[in-house]
Formats: sequence, C-alpha cells, structure tokens
Amino acid sequence: MKRNAFISGNDAVAEGVRLSRPHVIAAYPITPQTVAVERLSEMVEDGSLQSEFLHVESEHSALSACIGASAVGARTFTATSSQGLLYMAECLHYASGGRFPIVMMNANRSLALPWSIYGDHRDSLSQLDSGWIQVYVEDAQESLDMVIQSFALAENLDVLTPVMLNLDGFTLTHTYELVELPLQEEVDAFLPPFETPYKMDLDNPKNLAFSSQPSDNTEFKYQQHHAILHAKQVIRNIDSRFAQTFGRSYGGLVDAYRCEDAELIVISLGSTTGTCRVVADELRKEGWRVGVLKIRFMRPFPEEEIVKITRHARAIGVIDRDISFGFEGTVFTNVNSALSRGNTHIPTHNFIAGLGGRDISKESIRELFSTLKKISKTNDTEQNIVEFLNLNVATND
Amino acid sequence: MNTTKITARSITDREFFYGHKACAGCGGSLAVRHILKVLGERTFTAIPAGCMSAVGFIYPQLCFTGNAIISTFPGTASMLSGIAAGAKALKLNNFHVVGIAGDGGTADIGIQALSGAIDRRDKVIYICYDNEAYMNTGIQKSGLTPFGAKTTTTPAGENIRGSVTHKKNMFEIVAAHGIDYAATASVGYLQDFINKIQKASQVEGTSYIHVYAPCPTGWGVASNTTVNIAKEVVDCGLWYLAEYECDEFTLNRNPKTFTSVEKYLRSQGRFKHLQAHDIEHIEEMRDRKWERMRRLWRSV
Repeated sequence: MKRNAFISGNDAVAEGVRLSRPHVIAAYPITPQTVAVERLSEMVEDGSLQSEFLHVESEHSALSACIGASAVGARTFTATSSQGLLYMAECLHYASGGRFPIVMMNANRSLALPWSIYGDHRDSLSQLDSGWIQVYVEDAQESLDMVIQSFALAENLDVLTPVMLNLDGFTLTHTYELVELPLQEEVDAFLPPFETPYKMDLDNPKNLAFSSQPSDNTEFKYQQHHAILHAKQVIRNIDSRFAQTFGRSYGGLVDAYRCEDAELIVISLGSTTGTCRVVADELRKEGWRVGVLKIRFMRPFPEEEIVKITRHARAIGVIDRDISFGFEGTVFTNVNSALSRGNTHIPTHNFIAGLGGRDISKESIRELFSTLKKISKTNDTEQNIVEFLNLNVATND
Repeated sequence: MNTTKITARSITDREFFYGHKACAGCGGSLAVRHILKVLGERTFTAIPAGCMSAVGFIYPQLCFTGNAIISTFPGTASMLSGIAAGAKALKLNNFHVVGIAGDGGTADIGIQALSGAIDRRDKVIYICYDNEAYMNTGIQKSGLTPFGAKTTTTPAGENIRGSVTHKKNMFEIVAAHGIDYAATASVGYLQDFINKIQKASQVEGTSYIHVYAPCPTGWGVASNTTVNIAKEVVDCGLWYLAEYECDEFTLNRNPKTFTSVEKYLRSQGRFKHLQAHDIEHIEEMRDRKWERMRRLWRSV
C-alpha cells in the first residue's frame, strides 16, 4: 500500500534513490546536501538499499568513481553542492562527454567568495555548458519523483547523458513536506535495470574515454548535442508515462501557471515559483492579468515552450538567482535568446534576486509585477533592464 | 586464479598493449606490457591522461586489447574504485582492476584519490611507472624528479642546477596507510617486477607497485639503454627493490657494495651539469636512506 511520509527535500531524494536501486553511490559531504547522503548511508546500513557506498575523499573522486562504475554498466548516483560541484567540474564534462548516465543531486548553494552556505543558482548555472541535463525542482514530492525520472531519462539509449537534479539549498533541501512514497514494484516496472551495450564488458572488451583528433572531435560533440536536443521529447514522454503510473505530471520542460491570457509573465526556476504563484493569485483577484512560467529544464532549454506560452504577453520578467558579472542573469540570457529566435518583440526585464540565500518575499514579487506593468505601458527599452531586487546599497542607476 | 609462478619462459606471447606509438626504448610501455601479460585478459585497466594514453588511446587506433579506459589526471584511483564497486555490485567474477599512472599522476595530482582508495581497502591494483618527470607534456619537474635533474621547468643554470627537491617517498607514504601490499620494482629487474604484479593480483585489498621506468627521450640517453639504466639505478643504490606487507618492510635486494653513482648520473643528459659536490650530496642522501632501511627493514 502506498504511504505518505513527512520528510525534507533531502530525505525525498534519498527515498527516490532507494526506489531506483543504484548499484553504486559515491559521495562527499557538503552542506546543505549532507542529509541526503546520511539517509542513503543509513539505508545501506539497514539493508533496505543494496548499493556499494563509496566514502570518497573529495567530490572529484565521487564523480570519477561514478564514471568508473558507470563504465562497467552500473547504475550510479552522487550528490553535491556549490564548491563541491565546482571541484567536480573536470568530471562533469568527462561524464557527459563519455555519455555516462549518472544521476546527481545538487543542493543549490551560493559560491565563495564571500562564503555562504545559503541558496542561489550560481553553482549549477556556472556549469550550464558542462553537457549535463539540468532539471530544477520545486518541492519534496517533485524531488523524489524526479530522481526516478532522471534515471529513466539519463539511461535512455538515445540520450545517454548525465542528469543534474537541482534542489534549492535549505528552502527545499531542509523543508519538511508530506510526500507520497511510490510502491517499489511500480518503480521497478517504470525503471527496469539498466542495460547497455556501451560498457566495458569482460566478454566483449572495449576501450572507453579515448582521445580524439580534430578529424573526429566535432562529430562526437555533434552527437552529444543531438542527444540532449532529443532528450526534449524523451522528457515529455517520461512525464506522461510517469503520470499514467503514479498519477503525477509536472508538465515536461516547463510548468505554466495562469499564463493563457496573461499580460505580465514572470519566469523563474525552482522553489521561488511557489511564491510567484501566490502573488499571481492575489493580483488576479485585484484584476491584474498575470502568469508564472517555471522553467524545469535549463538543458535542454525549452525555447519552443517559452516562445509559445509568452507570445501574448506584454512584458516578461525573469528572476535570476545568479548573475554573470558584467552582463546579466544567465536565465535571462537564455530566455532572451529563445524569444529573439521566436521573433517576438516583448520587452523583458531581469530581476537579480535571492543571492546567497536572501529571501524572495511576496512583497518583492509584487514590486516585480509593478515594474513589468510599467514597462508594458511605456514599452521603455532605454532603462536598465538588469535590476537587483531588494538592494541595500545606493546605486547610480 | 593462476598462482603458478610466471617466468620469462612461461609468460604469455599474447600482447595486450599493441601498436602504440611510444618512443623507442620507453620504460613505461615496457611496464604496461608486462603488467597486462601477468594480469591477463579479464582485466579492467584505467590509465590517466599521460604518456600511455597519448600513445595508445587515440580513436580509432585503440591499443589495449582488453577493457581499458582513460581516467581524469587526478582520478586514476577513484575511477579504479568505481570500476571495482560497479563490477562487485553487478556480481562479476574473476577479474582484475588495475590503474597504471606516471609519477606526476601518482605522487602529485593523483595522491589524494590514491590515499582514499587505500583507506577504503578497495580491491584494486595501482601501479606507478616512475620516469621522474612529466614526460608527456615535455619533461617538466614532478614530485618524483630527483635532486639535480634537469627538466624543462628546472633548467640547469649557474644559479640553480636542476631540481632542488628530493624525490617524494611514495612507497613509504603508501605503506603508512597500512596498505595490504606495496612494493618497489624496476623494469631492469623484470622477474622481480613480474613476481610483484602476480603477488599484487592475489591481494584481497589494495596493492601498490612503484616501478622505475626510464624515459630515454626525457633523460637524454640512447633508446637501447633503458633496461641497463633501470638495472644500474638499483645497483648503485639510488633505487631499491622492497616490499611492504603485514606491517613489515622487506628489502628484496641488499647489495654489499654499490656501483658508481657518478657513472649512473654522468651517463644521462639530465645530470650532465652536476658538480662534484652535487654528486657527493646525492651519495650522502643515498647512504642515509640505506642506513635507515638496513636498520629498520627485514632483508632477504
């Protein structure tokens, strides 16, 4: 019988991993990811998870070990955050270039300096070009469900790309919610054991992770790009197949809320979206036509969905919990690129918010929508389009 | 598991590392060939970015006939651990997992992952082929470059005469972990090396072999002198053949008298610039090391 549990985002990830039956887990502790790997260690100890658990001495080794295990055809999982993700950076490209279908949880956390253990998206977005599929989840249930879906996606033989599952540090990793735990037999049916011909095999030896020459390198990179583009359809298929089995759909690459007739649309990642929806509901009651578009996957990037869903909007705001210093937020850059390709001419505005764990309040989201309304009326493109929300220092702008 | 002693007569004619583009006289490739001949076809081999991957692992010309993979430069040992864990979880039987890394990949950038693997007692064999510098990138100084050696980053000039550091003591660093089996070897004493590979393959936990492997290109010696130099370094006492197991060190070879250090050094381009007092210093360091080894280690 299905049961519910009152657990945190970290716990939910651990439950999702247990249900996915990985052969090998290799992990190094870092706040705020620790609870996830502590739970997994307990599960290995009590026998409810039959995995080899490698206590590695660094994040670099965590991912390197996962690559080794994946190279013999094992299902592998690791988890990290922030500085740890950066310490893995070499292995991130290695895992994706070698097409190793590893699943990793990343607890989104700011990057030093200054040191901060609190959340923002600068860690994962700085690794956007590492060739991993990046998904951002919003609550504990989605965290659990997306672990299972991530394995199905990564291991799809037409995708064979590692998946980074991003949870907002503390806001999601440490918040307790009621979560429905899927039945093991249903997960087993949804996610059968990983079978691949692309592995080191004692009966059919292979040389993997080789060097290439200029004559071949581009073709390998083209295939990799193509596989991640192809993942878009696989993501949609997995979402609907998951809905059939477990009764929950997350909408595929994006999740649109009250966007159909919205004049003002705010685009966000992860747990901030919940606050945006509450504010959208309030403003709707006051007669504003507003909507919220959550980007679930940053790679592959849902450009078609973004163009389609925002096509009737009169102003679009993008919340970035990151900043590419000297330019603008990375999500904003990606959204603008998609909109320009879609040949839309909707004014866009970038809100840098929630850096280093700063709260994104309902008030600031209201303020954001007010700014969008002003822009939609004046269509003023002269003003500074990159704005820090709740900034406590004087600016010259 | 074959426990019959492998000798020059009985070793297989099969090649598992074949068609590579290593320099003539390469000590590293000689080590790789023999390691794989001893371990056999049911072996997973990981080699980091370095000479052996550069000469033997370029698509589509892949020179390992068995399962092999390039690891990241720092990640040889961690990748070995992953392969071993994956193979165990998948319930594979009767196989070896071996990593073959150079001196830089082992004593510098890879030492952290190696320490982790030994700490976990992962059942893997780690072999360091030591040619005493970063040869693949063009002969730069590593943590295992000996005192006085000229490299492209420790030039021999009037102010500094080559490397000013002494070789890290990897064998004892590894042994200090309480590793199940560690050994030093030289491609100049192949039977001893073969014996040690065989022994390592039978160890339940982690094993480590540090094999001295001359690089004619980097050392400024003729390509037909590799084996002789690898013998000479042991005979003159600048390298030693030893083992560590069950908390005990053993000297496998304890010469009554050493051959000339000066002759060993002078025969190599990388040491040509050394002055008499440099050579005296090197001899002093050698004598100090041997005094300690003879005093504390078992000798056969």
